[in-house]
Amino acid sequence: MFNHLLSLLIWLPIVGAVPVLLAGSARPMLARWLALLIAIATFVISLWLLRYDPEGSVMQLQETHVWIATWGVHFTLAVDGISVALILMTTFVGILVIAGAWKVIQDRPHQYMACMLLLEGLLIGVFCATDALVFYAFFEAVLIPMYILIGMWGGPRRVYATLKLFIYTFTGSVFMLIALLYLYQKAHTFDLATLAALPLTFKEQAWLFFGFLIAFAIKVPMVPVHTWLPDAHVEAPTGGSVWLAAVMLKIGTYGMVRFILPITPDAGAHFAWIVIVLSLVAIVYIGYVALVQEDMKKLVAYSSVAHMGFVTLGIFMAFMLVREGGNTDMASLGMQGAMVQMISHGFVSGAMFTCIGVMYDRTHTRQIKDYGGVINMMPWFGLFYVLFAMANCGLPGTSGFVGEFMVILASFSASPWIALFATFTLIIGAGYTLWLVKRVLWGPVTTEHVKHMTPMTPRETWVLIGFAVAVLAIGVWPQPLIHLMDSSVAHLVQQLAVHKI
Amino acid sequence: MPTLYDILTLLPELYLVAAVCLILLLDAFMKPAQRPQLHWISIAVLLVAIYLVVAGQPEQTATAFNGMFVRDHVAEILKVFALGITAVVFVYARPYMIDRKLFGGEFYALMIFAVLGVMVMVSAGNLVTIYLGLALLSLSSYALVALNRDARLPPEAAIKYFVLSALASGMLLYGMSMVYGASGMGGTPTLDLAQLHDVMAYTTAPKLLLLGLVFMLVGIGFELGVAPFHMWLPDVYHGAPTPVTTFIGAVSKLAAFGLAWRLLEVGMGDLSRYWQPMLAALATASLVIGNLVAIVQTNFKRMMAYSTISHMGYVLLGLSAATPEGYSAALFYVICYALMSAAAFGVMLVLARAGFECEEISDFKGLNQKAPWMAFLMLLAMFSLAGVPPLFGFWAKVLVLEAAIHADMLWLAIVGVVTAFIGLYYYLYVIKAMYFDAPEEGASVEVKTDASLRVVLSVNALALLALGLYWGPLLAWCQRAFGV
Repeated sequence: MFNHLLSLLIWLPIVGAVPVLLAGSARPMLARWLALLIAIATFVISLWLLRYDPEGSVMQLQETHVWIATWGVHFTLAVDGISVALILMTTFVGILVIAGAWKVIQDRPHQYMACMLLLEGLLIGVFCATDALVFYAFFEAVLIPMYILIGMWGGPRRVYATLKLFIYTFTGSVFMLIALLYLYQKAHTFDLATLAALPLTFKEQAWLFFGFLIAFAIKVPMVPVHTWLPDAHVEAPTGGSVWLAAVMLKIGTYGMVRFILPITPDAGAHFAWIVIVLSLVAIVYIGYVALVQEDMKKLVAYSSVAHMGFVTLGIFMAFMLVREGGNTDMASLGMQGAMVQMISHGFVSGAMFTCIGVMYDRTHTRQIKDYGGVINMMPWFGLFYVLFAMANCGLPGTSGFVGEFMVILASFSASPWIALFATFTLIIGAGYTLWLVKRVLWGPVTTEHVKHMTPMTPRETWVLIGFAVAVLAIGVWPQPLIHLMDSSVAHLVQQLAVHKI
Repeated sequence: MPTLYDILTLLPELYLVAAVCLILLLDAFMKPAQRPQLHWISIAVLLVAIYLVVAGQPEQTATAFNGMFVRDHVAEILKVFALGITAVVFVYARPYMIDRKLFGGEFYALMIFAVLGVMVMVSAGNLVTIYLGLALLSLSSYALVALNRDARLPPEAAIKYFVLSALASGMLLYGMSMVYGASGMGGTPTLDLAQLHDVMAYTTAPKLLLLGLVFMLVGIGFELGVAPFHMWLPDVYHGAPTPVTTFIGAVSKLAAFGLAWRLLEVGMGDLSRYWQPMLAALATASLVIGNLVAIVQTNFKRMMAYSTISHMGYVLLGLSAATPEGYSAALFYVICYALMSAAAFGVMLVLARAGFECEEISDFKGLNQKAPWMAFLMLLAMFSLAGVPPLFGFWAKVLVLEAAIHADMLWLAIVGVVTAFIGLYYYLYVIKAMYFDAPEEGASVEVKTDASLRVVLSVNALALLALGLYWGPLLAWCQRAFGV
């Protein structure tokens, strides 16, 4: 089993989707239970990934299967510390979204659950593929269940939103495909380790860099290609939003780490300023945009863009620090912060969307003005909501603080100006989140919607407890997570320091 | 006098001629009650033909009748898929033809004649053989398109097809005559493709040769249905009975690939530096026009017609690379396309019934609620056509794009991917109708209960997924045919 642990993790949910589908609409409970059991089984199996030894070689649990012999494509899988953390997050979130949708989805629940499992398996595949073509296949295939998910169970403008999501992200990735095929011409393989060692001229690197950047920037999403995200989030069902925010955005930044850093380090260093500027725009400007939103989901969606700005900032600042100052320690710190932020944002934004889902299921509105005084009706819910809101604005003790703090600390060494703008997020983030809490939770009950809200069900409580444990654990004791990713991050920093020209 | 060797090399074709005559006789002399048996007899005829093609395939290229007929691996692959898909079309067609009272021996006989034309064409070693095969295919196709002669659209479509196709054939013949003439200037005139290959080296009339090449390209472009020679496609697709559309969409494209490869590479390989940019231009035009115009279609068959135009653009991407890798990628693509379009039309046929063609995209609304399995099969076909991994269509696109990049035509590959995401929209739109829309008021869905139809359609559509997950053997087969 340990030889094929990663394959098992990928295929268990994907193949598991078949019996869930076969359960059919006539037996919805069977479909739900099957889906939940498969998700739990996947999570339990994924715990074996903790055997990953941070002191050992970078890529572990390697698997190689010959796939397309005539093309030299191998189905290769392996994980480093970053992948392990992301996969564990994915399998954990996988349970929570299925439990969260238990009662909410009454319309063809078997198809919904099958989509959830498919998404889970494909996302795990993205995180462990070490062959570029395999990565690309998983990266793109994720869109199929997501398209169905938003289109079938989404809100009133779901068709617009889901088409926009699909076409935006597909558009970006086809350029990446061209970049990969170009690399294949040079290297005659899609193996990422070989591609990383491939010497490339600056001109080639520059084109490849932009090919990769456009694919991943749309997925992250970075300003100015972020506009699909608020639409998709607003229209998506809760489970879709959680997948989208918690895991799907991460495959964009994960792709940057796997492709841009090792394959095009020189172009990356040369153009890092573009990404840094765009990240800062995301942090500051999108923060302000979030402030004025009237729809809760849109607000959290924009705050996601801002938070993902921190991740891209941390990754690309490492270029500045290493190439200009030779400051590998600080570069590692920034990169480490970016990685922690990825994990943390996964849980925090997932939790925020789940909270909004809990309220939406009772009131069927997401407009902030329809709320007020929710704490009077749902006190326990208020506790969780405040906790996640605090994490969202980066309060110490929650996971949101750790990553942001590390990135800001590193950015001081790069340039105080970057640090200045990055720190803005603490203020703006606190602004939009606390104001949201104030308008939704506090005050007297004023609207009809809130009057009829019922306390949380045990199922909802357990889902939120799941998120809360993760958020607090990372916030209070981030050391295991940092230790897990430490050697992998150091390896990345080495890779981006290599001059290929 | 033909030798025994000639006859053995030609055995599958000769067998098919005999079999089709037998079917015509059976049709004339069978009792009406027994006539439905023709269906199974015809399928059996095709399966035996596949066996003869594969079993008798010589390891080395064999030629018969002084090089008129060539039996190589490229021809083998094309014949296997042409025969196989025709058999699939028979299975798809039966309930449709019975519903419309079109069921009869002439449908089967004409289809087999058409596929015989395909077999002759893809095995041609001589310009005359090519034309012979093309004429057999075309004449049968005109009649097939007009099979439902009392309806309004089919005769119109058939006339359009006939007139334009005749014009294109004329162009092709005219081009052939110029090439023949050019080969005679400075050498012995020849119609043999292999001998023509070096004609550029000795002819004293290179301009005449190039002019001939251009005229031949018009003919090839028409058969493939690439822009700007695509005008006939939407009308013919729309007007023809859906099984015939399936045949034209799938099998004729295999034949057109064979035609293009025989003429351009086997015959005119020496001129590749001239025809490469021409093919690239045709590919660009097809990709852009096909994908853009498909967006505004509301009729599923017309949409599929424009989608064909764009897909043939991808085939040209591989062909224009003019390398063995490129040809094998193009062959892989055209096989992939044939399977995808057969699956898409198959779902249409399973939902069509007397008086209802299920040909508007809006007819698919809410299909997931009424017939989830059929909706799923169509979903596979649509995502595959759109080129979304892990489905088969994606890998075919990757291969032709790689071939184009390999041949230093990065710009063409970029045109290919840019138009791919334009094209994405209309495939997603069909899925939207099936999955996201509620069924229209009063619309009822009846799925054909014909077991063979359902099983074959499921296998066809699931093959798009299975081949997407494991396409190595098929690629190896295609590559071996071109000696990669």
